[in-house]
Amino acid sequence: MPERETIGASLTRSGISRRALLKYTAYLASVMALPPSASKAMAEALAKARRQSVIWLSFQECTGCTESLTRSFSPTIEDMIFNMISLDYHETLQAVSGLAAEQARLTAMKENKGKYVVVVDGSVSIGDGGVYSTCAGKTNLEVLKETAENALALISVGTCAAFGGIPQAKPNPTGAVPVSEIVTDKPVINISGCPPIPEAMAGTIAYLVTFNKLPDLDHLNRPKAFFGDSIHDRCYRRPFYDKGLFAKRFDDEGARKGWCLYEVGCKGPVTYNACATLKWNGGVSFPIQSGHGCLGCSEPHFWDKGGFYNPLSTGTEVPTAIIGGAAAAGAALGVTSALLARRRKHQAAKESRS
Amino acid sequence: MTLLDLARGPALEVAVAVFVFGVSWRLLSLLLLPWSHDKSIARAGAPPAFVGATRGFVRHLWPPKPFVRTFILVTLNGYVFHLGLVVIVFGLAQHILFLRGLFGVSWPNLPSGVIAVVSVITLASLIVALARRLTSPVLRLISTFDDYVSWFVTVLPVVTGLIAVSHLWAPYETLLAVHLLSVALLLIWFPFGKLMHGFLVFLTRSETGIFYSRRGAEI
Repeated sequence: MPERETIGASLTRSGISRRALLKYTAYLASVMALPPSASKAMAEALAKARRQSVIWLSFQECTGCTESLTRSFSPTIEDMIFNMISLDYHETLQAVSGLAAEQARLTAMKENKGKYVVVVDGSVSIGDGGVYSTCAGKTNLEVLKETAENALALISVGTCAAFGGIPQAKPNPTGAVPVSEIVTDKPVINISGCPPIPEAMAGTIAYLVTFNKLPDLDHLNRPKAFFGDSIHDRCYRRPFYDKGLFAKRFDDEGARKGWCLYEVGCKGPVTYNACATLKWNGGVSFPIQSGHGCLGCSEPHFWDKGGFYNPLSTGTEVPTAIIGGAAAAGAALGVTSALLARRRKHQAAKESRS
Repeated sequence: MTLLDLARGPALEVAVAVFVFGVSWRLLSLLLLPWSHDKSIARAGAPPAFVGATRGFVRHLWPPKPFVRTFILVTLNGYVFHLGLVVIVFGLAQHILFLRGLFGVSWPNLPSGVIAVVSVITLASLIVALARRLTSPVLRLISTFDDYVSWFVTVLPVVTGLIAVSHLWAPYETLLAVHLLSVALLLIWFPFGKLMHGFLVFLTRSETGIFYSRRGAEI
């Protein structure tokens, strides 16, 4: 196979200067909380590195994750990513290529055996042998197992791939599972979110390419640089929470004054992501800044944790039937014991008279 | 299922069910017991039962004169942690939301800082109550397992709640889960131990008031 060109050569060919690369790596190093020296090291390593072969598999998903990346506000980010990697296969973007695309995947797997990275968006259907989601006549389950076998590492992009997401929501008719439940013998990095933040993905890929190792991960295998803090801890509305100033409705005075959205169901305190710091659309805003509480989309099973507008301090369900049943059972027992006491008293009185 | 899912879901449901079951059982089994008619002749000018009950209840809110000096600190300490608990349970926004989720009614909350200060005072007061129970020979003699468990399940939510709002030592979801589980423990114990006095105190003191007012005894 022809030697892959270096990222530096690719950038030069595209008219991207070394200065622009340095600015970009400084940005990535800063969002990943790396030391300042890492910026130069990243730029130098990236310039010399061969473009990483990437196979992108799209399973049970809505394409929001791909949209988030390819249509992000700043064109530089996705341009940079696609300059850093050689996207040899992308099921959604190459859909019209049909069998030629499938051949490209097999070729990339053969030529980069043990070196390619597999990016997955979407959960994997395993119900009834995985027949609920197929591509090119193969189930997602088959394609994932086949592609992951000789991969260097996998990146699960989005909550569906990372934790099962919406397809796994009750009653989970397709038997959807996250990638990590199928691939257990390779490193799997989860970049959750619905969709994930583009910078989180770009930063993770850049880290992999630059340092040739996995970034620090949390207990859910998410890069700590992006998932180390809760939304709540970094939220600009946090001082209102601490003061006990809450919006009660989306149109009340508290909402207009920008008070904390805890009472209208914000899940920021239990959600770990970089939305409150990196924000979206080039740092313009994020859901809470736009007046809506966090849905907790980067956490496992966020869809099944009760209503989005139920505050965290409430139960996930209002157990009306259970409360009613318990009250009735308690009342029945109370009445019965009182009646028995009356009976005993009556009998005692009768015996004393006789 | 995470610890928080367990706490917000099944644990809370079971605890609320046990609480409702236990309270309705104990109240109904008590209220429907056969009542003995008071066959004594009422003192001339004895007030109606309702007035006697109210007087009895009010009179018990403060120790009688001869005992004021002895019991002033104990009485005040009792008020401090009882009122503190009321302020915490009904004043913190998150608690109001919890109650609104169960009963559908809500009211304005107090500032979080006020609740934090009240919580610390309440905790100190509860510790003083335990210290007295342990150091007073008479009180220690008449204390049972019920007294200590009731104290423990009351203190636990105050401590875990304070830690949760302070975001200390563990992620918030863990702290919130532990706090909710401690509340579940309190709800489960409530109907079966001395905490039931939250309901029964009104009955017992009123009954005593009726009994003595009918006989013209001053209490």
